[in-house]
Amino acid sequence: MAELDFDTRIDYYPTHEHQGIKYRRGHVLPFGATMVPNGVNFSIYSSAAYSCILVLFVKGANEPYAEIAFPEEFRIGNTYSMIVFDLDFELLEYGYRMDGPFDPESGHRFDKSKILSDPYAKAIGGRDKWLAPPDWDNIYSHRSRLVFEDFDWETDKPLETPIEDLVVYEAHVRGFTNHPSSGVKNRGTFAGAREKIPYLLDLGINCIELMPIYEYDEYEHSKTNPETGELLVNYWGYSTLNFFAPKSGYAATGKYGMQVDELKTLIKEFHKNGIEVMLDVVFNHTAEGDHRGPTISFKGIDNNTYYMLTPEGYYFNFSGTGNTLNCNHPVVRNMVLDCLRYWASEYHIDGFRFDLAAILGRAQDGSPLNNPPLLESLAHDPVLAKCKLIAEAWDAGGLYQVGSFPAYGRWAEWNGKYRDAIRRFLKGEEGLIGELSQRLQGSPDLYSTRGTSAGINFITCHDGFTLYDLFAYNEKHNEANGENNNDGNNDNFSWNCGCEGETEDEGINILRHRQIKNALSILMVSQGVPMVLMGDEMGRTKYGNNNTYCHDNGLNWMNWDLIDKNSDIYYFAKHIINFRRNHPVLRNRDHFRNSDYKNTGYPDISFHGVHAWNADWSKSSRVLAIMLDGGHAKNGYTTDDTIYVAINMHWEALPFEIPQLPENKNWHVSVNTDMPPPHDFHQINKEAVLENQSSCILGPRSVVILVGK
Amino acid sequence: MNFTVTSEINNKVATLTLVGSLDSSSAFVFQEEIQKVAVQSPVEMVLRVSELSFMASAGLRMIVFAKQKLGSQVQIYMVSPQDQIIDTLQMTGFIHSVHIVDKYPE
Repeated sequence: MAELDFDTRIDYYPTHEHQGIKYRRGHVLPFGATMVPNGVNFSIYSSAAYSCILVLFVKGANEPYAEIAFPEEFRIGNTYSMIVFDLDFELLEYGYRMDGPFDPESGHRFDKSKILSDPYAKAIGGRDKWLAPPDWDNIYSHRSRLVFEDFDWETDKPLETPIEDLVVYEAHVRGFTNHPSSGVKNRGTFAGAREKIPYLLDLGINCIELMPIYEYDEYEHSKTNPETGELLVNYWGYSTLNFFAPKSGYAATGKYGMQVDELKTLIKEFHKNGIEVMLDVVFNHTAEGDHRGPTISFKGIDNNTYYMLTPEGYYFNFSGTGNTLNCNHPVVRNMVLDCLRYWASEYHIDGFRFDLAAILGRAQDGSPLNNPPLLESLAHDPVLAKCKLIAEAWDAGGLYQVGSFPAYGRWAEWNGKYRDAIRRFLKGEEGLIGELSQRLQGSPDLYSTRGTSAGINFITCHDGFTLYDLFAYNEKHNEANGENNNDGNNDNFSWNCGCEGETEDEGINILRHRQIKNALSILMVSQGVPMVLMGDEMGRTKYGNNNTYCHDNGLNWMNWDLIDKNSDIYYFAKHIINFRRNHPVLRNRDHFRNSDYKNTGYPDISFHGVHAWNADWSKSSRVLAIMLDGGHAKNGYTTDDTIYVAINMHWEALPFEIPQLPENKNWHVSVNTDMPPPHDFHQINKEAVLENQSSCILGPRSVVILVGK
Repeated sequence: MNFTVTSEINNKVATLTLVGSLDSSSAFVFQEEIQKVAVQSPVEMVLRVSELSFMASAGLRMIVFAKQKLGSQVQIYMVSPQDQIIDTLQMTGFIHSVHIVDKYPE
């Protein structure tokens, strides 16, 4: 019996024709434009449009070559769908016109003169090359395009590394390699980042978190620096145009429309080297701004559905950028879910960090929900089941949920309290020993039922000072942003070590380097998931600017020459990261029990000070030591060396009495940040035996890490 | 520029000569030629591409299609590709699917 194939299906033949273009009724789902035999299925939602027109362009053309109105019989519920035949997938750009009421008080802002980008488009054309001057008269700037979904992944799949074993590296695709010193062929692109995988591997990184790579418009709110005349742009990219499309300008092949292949190749190569890929995703708002902003997509398709609106029809602004995506509207919720499933399945993404995630827990009227359906859906979604879900657990509307973010047993959080406490402790504030001990343990005070891995520990991130600047500036210096230094955070908990900015003072520079090593040491021995900001491993500076969102220049491009200039920092960072990777006792999933449940003779964790077994918890104390028993590594599921970490943030040297090891073991020195390089650390498994096994001197503001074996 | 492809098989080696611009409008022509030679189970495939000026996404996919159609044990050689083709193959990662050579046999 002959088999039927697609070509014999009667529903893949046209029934209608318009100016020689053949089409027929389409499939309602999936939304977006999907290749089907002989054609493309277009489907889009709008709850309030009177009618919808599909607009077709040849790539780059000023005017559309066809506009096909959806016949009324093609509308099912609030969806319009149509299959158009014989389209050239690579040369097609498409959009929609929606006719409907313009009645802002009712939430409607339809304007059929606008051509709208498809919220489900898988690629966006029109701005194919980074910072290429736009044609401001273009009637359709951000053009929906089709992509091939048939990438050859071979055996690749998301790595599913236990989250507590990750060392996350937060990077900006362009900033990572755009500096000439990067030495890569295609600077500032996905292809360029691929060339730096060996570097990340050597550093000990096993997860890269990419700042937004969804399509955005670098020209959004662009302006000129009044002092320098330099163009200031939307460089960081926290303003999404389309949630399904990778940024074309980040691809060396963007001009050929191959950004999808280039990005997938990068991810595949990361995976091949054991490095997970996380995306920083921005679902809290879009690039359409408030009532004064442009109509690009959502605003003209169904404003009332996609945005949180005030009773007067204006935009709630919990994001601080003009509008707020209406994430807990069922349609928007499904779009977010569809989007993340798409990235997890089609791009093999390992995890997502949600920018201003507290917004995702707000109701349609802006009030915080007790049981936010979107967060619950994401937590229990079958496709996302192994993806890491990480919340930036606050928003610009004042909702701060660090420690209380609705987790459903799945969500982790950027631990903002970790950042603040460690910064304050490092600059020498008193009264922090109690909080320090919590942070070192994985913040059980915040995540008592969620385990250590609920917290992403970080001291620096893209927002704020770099690690170097944290010890070089007391105040922010954001004049170059053109906002009279009014932008950026004022609470940096930084300390310039005695001089604001660059100095020739050798003592200050030595202290700054030591403080950086202290910070990295504390970060890497803390339970929880550490995150390092791109370039902190080599003493990267932004010259005191703590809000470089608008700079496409050396403030944001990583200068690879710093590896040589600050070689001691770089080698130390490499050591301490790999030290963590080598010691499972530093990577528990569950909290310590403060007991010897494995009968090793030592509790899983113990606290010490200048006297062993006797930590000084007093207000004026600036010292703490912890000992992690190797017999309780990974919550007792494996064994490791015993690790002793002594931290002295007092301005004078202090003698520390060290706990005694069993008779057959000795303390070895892995790290002493008070020592000049190269004696500030010893290679893993080549550590020097500690001369005096019962005590050691900790220099002023320094960290010592010992290995008992 | 129009696309043409011709093929021959000698000693179980399939040689295809590609000329012009390979994009979504011409990829099917290449695909049909691959299917034609695949019937004879070649052990190697040689793509003479010195006169291939452009390869779009749809064209790149035909390389993967050829791999899958012929079997992963069949090596694919691209002879004398132009620099722009090599760049595209490198940036998109498809270069791992083929051997780039100046002449065949090497």
